[in-house]
Parts: sequence; C-alpha cells; structure tokens
Amino acid sequence: MCGIVGLFLKDKALEPQLGAMLTDMLITMTDRGPDSAGIAIYGDESEGKAKLTVQSDTPEEDFDKLKGALKKEIKGDVDIKVNSTHAVLEIRADQVAAARAALKEIRPNVRVMSRGDTLEIYKEVGLPKDVAARFNVSAMAGTHGIGHTRMATESAVTTMGAHPFNTGDDQCLVHNGSLSNHNSLRRKLRRDGVHIETENDTEVGAAYLTWRMNQGATLGEALESSLEDLDGFFTFVVGTKDGFGVVRDPIACKPAVMAETDQYVAFGSEYRALVNLPGIENARVWEPEPATVYFWSHTTPTPSEKAA
Amino acid sequence: MQTLDLSEIGLREVNKTLHAQAENTNQTAWTIENARGSHAIACGLDAPIEVTVKGSTGYYCGGMNQQATINVHGSAGPGTGENIMSGKIVIEGDASQYLGATGHGGLIVVKGNASSRCGISMKGVNIVVQGNIGHMSAFMGQSGNLVVLGDAGDALGDSCYEARFFVRGSVKSLGADCEKKEMRPEHIEFLKEILAEAELDADPSEFTRYGSARNLYNFDVDNAGAY
Repeated sequence: MCGIVGLFLKDKALEPQLGAMLTDMLITMTDRGPDSAGIAIYGDESEGKAKLTVQSDTPEEDFDKLKGALKKEIKGDVDIKVNSTHAVLEIRADQVAAARAALKEIRPNVRVMSRGDTLEIYKEVGLPKDVAARFNVSAMAGTHGIGHTRMATESAVTTMGAHPFNTGDDQCLVHNGSLSNHNSLRRKLRRDGVHIETENDTEVGAAYLTWRMNQGATLGEALESSLEDLDGFFTFVVGTKDGFGVVRDPIACKPAVMAETDQYVAFGSEYRALVNLPGIENARVWEPEPATVYFWSHTTPTPSEKAA
Repeated sequence: MQTLDLSEIGLREVNKTLHAQAENTNQTAWTIENARGSHAIACGLDAPIEVTVKGSTGYYCGGMNQQATINVHGSAGPGTGENIMSGKIVIEGDASQYLGATGHGGLIVVKGNASSRCGISMKGVNIVVQGNIGHMSAFMGQSGNLVVLGDAGDALGDSCYEARFFVRGSVKSLGADCEKKEMRPEHIEFLKEILAEAELDADPSEFTRYGSARNLYNFDVDNAGAY
C-alpha cells in the first residue's frame, strides 16, 4: 500500500490554500502509508533563478553559514530558506551544477531533494501529520502539488526512500505499488552511468524516466515506454512545471480516483482523500483507465486527457 | 426511518447498530449520512432491512451481506459487496474494482459503470451493470450471472467455470476459455426477470451470451501453455 494525493489548480484564487488542501488530503491517507510522507510543491518563480531543495540529518550544523560558504565557492548570489531538516537554496540558474559540486565538497552530508525553477520537495520519515507540521506545509502556496504517504515494501524506511523523487528539472514522481524488475534495471542504468543512490524500487522508476528523457524522450513518451520496461504494480503520478500526469500499469490493481471541477483537478488513492475539496459533491469523479497516460497542464489551452 | 450520522458516531457504532437488528425488527428503514468514502460501511448485515447510504463509499461497502437491501447514493469503492450471500445492493453511481468478488448469492445493481475485475470468482451472485465493465471481469467465475447493458473490457470471463455473462454492447476481448454462446429462450426469460428485478429497461434480445468453452476444466497437455 501507499497513498497518493495530487492537486492541480485551475482557479488562481485557490493558490494560497494549496498547501492546506494538500495537507488535509495527505493526512487522510495516513492509514495507507504511516512510515513516511513527502510533498512536492510548485510555488513561485524568480526570473533567472533556480531552486535546490536540500536535506540534512544535522541541519543545525550543515545549514549554519551555508549561504556564505556556498557564495564563496560559486562566486554568485545564494539565498537560503531553512525549513526544519530541509533548506531551499536559490541560486542563478546557470550555477546549479557548480552549486551541487560545491555542496558535495563543503557539506558532504547534505542531500539534494530536488532542483527546478518552481519545484520544492519536502520528505521525511514519520506520520504524515507530523511531516506536514514539521515543514508547515499547510502555509505553502502554489499552482499544483503532489503528496505521498509511504508503507514501505521494497526497501528501508529512510528519508531517501520516501517519495516524491526528483526525476529532472521541476519533475517529480510518486508511486503506489512495487516494481519487480528494479534490481536488473538498476544494474542496467548504473552501467549507463545513471546515479542511483538507494535500493529503493521507485528511485529506479524515477531514474528510468530521467534516463529516457536524457535520451530525448518527452515525459509523455518516457511514461509510455515505462509501461513496456517496468515490471510490477504501479500507479504513478508525475509532477512537471506546468502540471501533472497519471499512469497506471495495465493490470491496474493499485487504486486511483480523479475529480475535476472548474477550479481544480484532484487525484487520490481513495475518494476519502478528496471529500473536503470545495464543490466535490458536483465534481466529475472517475477512475483513470489502465495503461493510459493522462496529463493536465497550465500551458495547454484546455485541460485535456491524452489517451495512450 | 432511522438515521445514523457516520461522521458523528463512527463506523463501529453504525455497523453495530445495524448488526443488532433481528429478523423481525420493526425498524426496517435506515439512512447513513456522511459516508465520505469510509470503508466497510454496512458490512456483514443479516436482517431484512433497507439501508440507504448518502454519499460515496470506500472499500468493501455491503461486504458479506445477507438479506439486507443497501442503496448507495453515490459511487462505491473497491470490493463493494464482496462475498455477498443474499439481499440486494444498488449503486446509483459507479463501482470500483472487484465488485461482488466471490459473491455467493443476491443481486448487485450498478446504475453507472463498474471497473476492472467486476464479479471476479463469482459463485452465484447476480450482477447487473447499466454502463460498462472493466478488464478481467468475472475472472474464474464459477456460478451466477453478470449482465452488462454497456460494453465489457479486455479478457471477459477468463478461466471461467459455469458463470454466465450477458453483454448488450461490445466485448473488447474474451479471456482464456471464454466463448460466445447461443441465446436460448430460457436465457431471454432469465434476462426479463433479472432486468425487472434490477428495475432497468433493456430488450433481452439485444444481449449476447458468453460462457465457458470447458476446455480448461481438466488438465490436457496440449493446453499446458494456457494454464
């Protein structure tokens, strides 16, 4: 089991409440995944700047004087917002690689959770309500976001095993299910030079998508080919800068419910997660079809479903 | 009419109250309010009562039902009516996966669509779906009837035994050892009765019957690949 929630806002007036709505949905999914929880939130953007969300088990030491130290290393502007065990570093977009390399040197225990223009990922071990409170997720604003509650099956309960996983700039993946060919796929991807940190199955799924996109595939194409190349059970929800996508394996054992109104598109592992959303009584509620890739985007003129 | 507010008294209290109804109870009409997708609503009932659930339900609503009539005024989550023995479940909206799994008897009616694995391993239950059903429906169905006024998804009736399937629309594909069968007068007669009981209007002559080709019943080395 695991719980997934997602919310894509069409109505700008709801943006300040995104974190609060997602928090409520996430906590409802606690009994599907009490081990750890995480949230990917797409917030504001500063021209020419990129965000690196980083994590440390010893934030007092690692984040202390990090701003100055990193500034000195990359010789560019650094802004830092510390939030519990996480910190969001805002740097010049062209200095992301330099900053990552510098971090490895000056703060070897700091791990990168995500990178992108608007994406921030927060995840930790613990009950969803505690994780959400730790990061004060309910105060966060944004255009769309994805949350995950984990019941670990394939690997240890650790921060790095929690979801969402960052797959590329402003892209993230959450997963309900279990992949059965992750060991062989991990070996194959590592041979191709892909960095995979843990023994977690979903990280392999995320690395697979990144690898396919590095070969030139679009996210949609990468999801399509995942239906061929990944063996096991999955309902995936992926976040992009513009929106989110959903795909389920052809057997579709893992539950998924979607709801759409004029104000939002929402995803939940169960209908329960959606019951407090405004106007849910009159929303169009349906289950996404197996082996079909769905996308909602802020940049397409009409929110649309793309059939596989 | 007795009303139970699930958000106020909780699931255990709701189900305990319904379980306490005897065969000859005078309180035969019950309404459950604020279902809000909760799991296991009205599970294990065994009295001739009528329960109306306001809102959509989560996993296993009406599971193991005997005698009772359960109306869901909303959509129903996975495993609704699992192992139903008798009585009736009517879902006004859609039903999620494995509706009526392993059901031994009674009737389940869905006014919307039913998802994948509808009637999986059915053992005598009758299921009538006004809309469409998803893939792998009636997998290993042993007995009972699955009546679909819309279309059926992939692999209908895979590895089925003696369950019967009546589909008015198209069937995307048939499962292993499931085949099209002739409609005889007794089948028309059965459809007339079951559609009347389900209070749905459809012309029985428009349905096609499917069932087991009975080739997988006993091990045959030529079929080894199909097992």
